[in-house]
Amino acid sequence: MTDDSSGTERPSLLELALTFNKIAIASFGGGLSAWSREVVVVERKWMTEEEFLSALTICRILPGANQVNMAVFVGVKFRGIIGAIAATAGLTFVPVLIVLGMAWFYFTYSKVPAMKSVLHGMTAAAVAMTFAMAFKTGKKCLQSPIGIALFVAMFVLSAVLRMPLVYALAICGPLALWWGWPREPRAEA
Amino acid sequence: MKPGTLLQIIAVFGSLSILSIGGGNTVLPQMHLDAVKGHDWLSNRQFADVFAISQAAPGPSILIVTLVGYAAGMKAGGLAGAILGALVATVAMILPAGLLVYFTARFWNSAKEAKWRKAVEKGFAPLTVGLVLASGVIVAKSADHGYREWALTAVATVIFTCTKTNPLIVVGVAGVIGWLGWV
Repeated sequence: MTDDSSGTERPSLLELALTFNKIAIASFGGGLSAWSREVVVVERKWMTEEEFLSALTICRILPGANQVNMAVFVGVKFRGIIGAIAATAGLTFVPVLIVLGMAWFYFTYSKVPAMKSVLHGMTAAAVAMTFAMAFKTGKKCLQSPIGIALFVAMFVLSAVLRMPLVYALAICGPLALWWGWPREPRAEA
Repeated sequence: MKPGTLLQIIAVFGSLSILSIGGGNTVLPQMHLDAVKGHDWLSNRQFADVFAISQAAPGPSILIVTLVGYAAGMKAGGLAGAILGALVATVAMILPAGLLVYFTARFWNSAKEAKWRKAVEKGFAPLTVGLVLASGVIVAKSADHGYREWALTAVATVIFTCTKTNPLIVVGVAGVIGWLGWV
């Protein structure tokens, strides 16, 4: 039933779990979306760029942490609900262990583990990775005036005006769908 | 440990899960209200510290719920209660929203050739790129990016965009730069 057009082999449950584990571990300091793309699209070629981007937006609209949702989405694509569980477990297992360790330390000694300065540098790189992802993915889909206008509108609404996602999408979504609707002369056969 | 606390944890995080439209961080104010004011699981100060700790960990940003669950369980049943509380809170936060994504993803995968799916894939791509860029800016702002941090971000962006350097190396070097106190 689950045929996937991207021409890749169906990854095993273990592969799904290990891949999302890798994404989680790599994201010290942030940049989880960028890491997901790096691994899922570039390295494993499990999704095309367009498929990944639309899945990412769907995962943002739905409730839940974006990256957990993304793991569920990818897991379901290849292995149904068991795949979703495997990918989510892979994404969260080691981070939860690390957080448990930090929680124990914090509540036993009432001190925040001293990682702040290391993290500060890593966050600068994680932000860079997010920017780089925007540039790389933007090169492909920002080639027409309407595409660029949609991109700018969403950026301004979200980053400058800090509008909640639901409202920003209510404004930009209809135009985006109209623009993206496939128009082929032979489509009405 | 009293089963009452576990049920409270499930109720709080299960509903926050469904409410978290737009990502886990959108329900932080409500989580603060429930955990600090409603149930007195931790103090204001602890909530702020726990938030900082969750940001330092790798993985999804919602892992603050693991820490809040830990605090709630600890009050009720010591270390064993804390670990149980942490795990129950994490699952309660992931499961409801995850189910919703599961059904959406199935629907999405069954509509491979549908026109509306093609419209979403093409039309939403520029919107997502805008959102990704925005999230980078928002993170930088909330992390108090000064001109040195921006310089490091700029250099790293050029490396990521123009070279094939393994990103882990760049992130690692940036961590060392932070450790040395240069940013």
